[in-house]
Amino acid sequence: MSGAGGYDDARRSGGARIAGGHGRGGQEIGGGWEATHATGNANEVPDQPTSFDFDAESEAALAAIVKRYPPGKQASAVIPALYLVQRQMGRQTGSAWVPRVAMDLVAERLGMPPIRVYEVATFYLMFNTKRIGKVHLQVCGTTPCWLRGSDDVFRACKDAGHLKGYGDTSADGMFTLTEVECLGGCVNAPVLQVDDDYYEDLDYDRTVALLDALRRGERPQPGSAIGRQTSAPVGGALTLIDVPGE
Amino acid sequence: MAKVTVDGVEVEVPNGASVLQACEAAGKEIPRFCYHERLSVAGNCRMCLVEVEKAPKPIASCSYPVADGMKVFTDTPMVRNGRRGVMEFLLINHPLDCPICDQGGECDLQDEAVAYGMDRSRFQEGKRSIKDKYVGPLVKTIMNRCIHCTRCVRFCTEVAGVPELGATSRGETMEIGTYVEKALTTELSGNLIDICPVGALTSRPYAFASRPWELRKTDSVDVLDATGCNIRVDTRAGEVLRIQPRTNDEVNEEWLHDRGRFSFDGLKRRRLDRPWVKRDGKLRPATWAEAFDAIAARMKGLPGERIGAAVGDLVDAEAIVALKDLMAGLGSHNLECRIDGAAVDASRPDFWRFNTTIAGIDEADALLIIGSNPRQEAPVLNARIRRRTLAGTFPVGYIGPRGVNLTYGHDWLGEGPETLRALLDGSHRFSEALGRAERPMLILGRGALARPDGAAVLAAAWQVASRHNMLRPDWHGFNLLHLFGGQVGALELGFVAPPDLAPPGPPQALWLLGADGFDASRIPADTFVVYQGHHGEAAAARADVILPGCAYTEKEGTWVNTEGRVQRGRLAVHPPGEAREDWKIIRAASEVLGARLPYDTLAAVRARLVEVNPVFARPDRLERRGCEDKSGPAGDPGSLSDAPFALPISNYWQADVVSRASETMAECARVLLPAVPERIAAE
Repeated sequence: MSGAGGYDDARRSGGARIAGGHGRGGQEIGGGWEATHATGNANEVPDQPTSFDFDAESEAALAAIVKRYPPGKQASAVIPALYLVQRQMGRQTGSAWVPRVAMDLVAERLGMPPIRVYEVATFYLMFNTKRIGKVHLQVCGTTPCWLRGSDDVFRACKDAGHLKGYGDTSADGMFTLTEVECLGGCVNAPVLQVDDDYYEDLDYDRTVALLDALRRGERPQPGSAIGRQTSAPVGGALTLIDVPGE
Repeated sequence: MAKVTVDGVEVEVPNGASVLQACEAAGKEIPRFCYHERLSVAGNCRMCLVEVEKAPKPIASCSYPVADGMKVFTDTPMVRNGRRGVMEFLLINHPLDCPICDQGGECDLQDEAVAYGMDRSRFQEGKRSIKDKYVGPLVKTIMNRCIHCTRCVRFCTEVAGVPELGATSRGETMEIGTYVEKALTTELSGNLIDICPVGALTSRPYAFASRPWELRKTDSVDVLDATGCNIRVDTRAGEVLRIQPRTNDEVNEEWLHDRGRFSFDGLKRRRLDRPWVKRDGKLRPATWAEAFDAIAARMKGLPGERIGAAVGDLVDAEAIVALKDLMAGLGSHNLECRIDGAAVDASRPDFWRFNTTIAGIDEADALLIIGSNPRQEAPVLNARIRRRTLAGTFPVGYIGPRGVNLTYGHDWLGEGPETLRALLDGSHRFSEALGRAERPMLILGRGALARPDGAAVLAAAWQVASRHNMLRPDWHGFNLLHLFGGQVGALELGFVAPPDLAPPGPPQALWLLGADGFDASRIPADTFVVYQGHHGEAAAARADVILPGCAYTEKEGTWVNTEGRVQRGRLAVHPPGEAREDWKIIRAASEVLGARLPYDTLAAVRARLVEVNPVFARPDRLERRGCEDKSGPAGDPGSLSDAPFALPISNYWQADVVSRASETMAECARVLLPAVPERIAAE
């Protein structure tokens, strides 16, 4: 799902984009959905592995998750189970995504029809149903971040990550860039989500520095890039400065 | 009950009913796409908007419960504007390709667009386009037309019991499909075509064939399984173009199984469309006069006890009674309608009918299935069992091959008669579940009787029913599930030899009426064989004279379904070539054989049917009866063997002569037979 950008794109190209196999498929670089998501047919996803099995770490985590739900309601564990798959794929292959065979395995483990798992996995854009790069850059493009300069963050990602735009994976397989909707970090806008971590208060230069660090294999401390504590005001506290009685 | 006023009309509806149901009770038509009476409520198309007094916004009537004193308005400016807005949104991504759409003329979206659509679109942007999905040889998809009502998803999940369709992705990229490309593994897939309110799911065999207003529609009855689904045969220029279900809540509701719906192209192929006579050891085309001459030459004057007759699976009651009377006129008692070898006890209707009735399944509270796979033998009836299992506590015990997927959970009890024995002496664990039930029923498959100890199986099943309180004056829980539409009619007419009259020797002449399953190797070499029917395979090849008859769409006929419900089929197309109505053929043959039958009109034949069995006087009406006489059939349960039950239908798609001649069904068998999981892991 992308925001209003898709309609803008369509208008610019005069609506002549219909021939594509998919809503936005006619364009090479779309709003980001295509980078991480298959169309309605898993057979069209390239590089589907032929087998998937939970490793010991996932197995232990899955057992703990399934135990949370009463007997017969194991299907409730489908979302955490898919996260386990995605993390394990990230650990094992360097690309955190959910292949079809893994969805089948989740369905089997949780006693639900495979199509119900496919529906969940394709509904949430946090699950990547296609192979992605080693690092997943998710730029928030919703209004508060946009007002605070998400366009610069986007530009920095393109330049430093050698990416063509939203929906692209860099040639070296390092980065995949997606546009996401509000991440709920508006006070610290603009926000870039890298895999599971939020990097906040970014601008062009800080984003370039972050990507360079990521490329070197480092993981800088998540959170505000200008060092403010959580969402406290920039430059220190503005209220409750005086302590009564002092 | 809640009192609701709809446009000034006061109606009373049950608490918990939806506003839409209240509007219908008041005679107001509410447009809808996603709502379907026989599926769960989704409430996602928003077309059924109505105004409710004191509600600030229009409400979706299908998913809004009524309240006492509610005032509903179905035709106000707010309602009309709301529906127009919904229609505009629905049409945003709809291709408007009505001129090339097979749904054109019977499309809900088209109809409602006439009422609520604009004559232009304000949508300037590009429409989305979705690749078509392959979901099997029967259903064609044009996914651009889909309006995401999810009726098909709910049908597959709820009614058919094969959750394989789903809605993947979301928002503008949402698609209906199987995600992993595959053919739907259900015997009810044709119903998807009916419930799709737009042209997204259409019939592949009917693609670009015709428009609905060009078709001549004939009400009839399906005979390709023993459920007796009510159908409508759509024809044009003497050709069947499609078959659709008719609503009959007591039989098929509004569903039809795929073999009944799609095998009609078999009615045009491999037909016996002219008489054939064997000369010099070879069948050669002949005229009717030559055929009758040949019959007269070989059969006239034969002693009655050396003449035999057998009827097959799809034959109408009129032809059966005519053949029975002809044989009586010739002095023969050697009649047989159980050519599959099923040891059906023909002495009392209780023993061969589905006594609980199909609608009665809804009232039952425990079920034992013996040697039958209702999913393949009667898919529509099976859907009703499935619905009953979903409705509440309904233990289902199954005796038959392990791991059969019935589309509902069941307790596998065993493979063969040893389980029956355990149930007979009450030592089996399932006896307890049956004992707790107030209205337990059992379904005995006809296939379980087609074995050497068939009579013993029947008797044992009857005793199991008797022991578990299924046979009561107010409830009859013993059911025999037949396989084809003509099987019960022959039993109702007593087309069997009297039990104490064994033929003195092998027959010198044999009349096979549609009896294609008759084992040709059992016929002595010098026996004169007449084969009468519309399709013929092995038995017809053995015949000395072939008389071309009519298929079920080509005659006015009466069939009896597995419940004993008498239903009429009507002539939709004329038979091909020189084929004639079957009872007329027999009437003509009776003339040359010197045993002239006393009826010349259909009315006279039907009067004779009533004379033989009064149930034929009341077509379409079925009286439910309790069990008045608990004495069982003749077999001896002590002689049960230990052989496991085998299922009679291994290839649902090609189970009868018509579907075996059908190319559509051949394609289904090719695609689906390896895919249909005959045996999945035990539940």
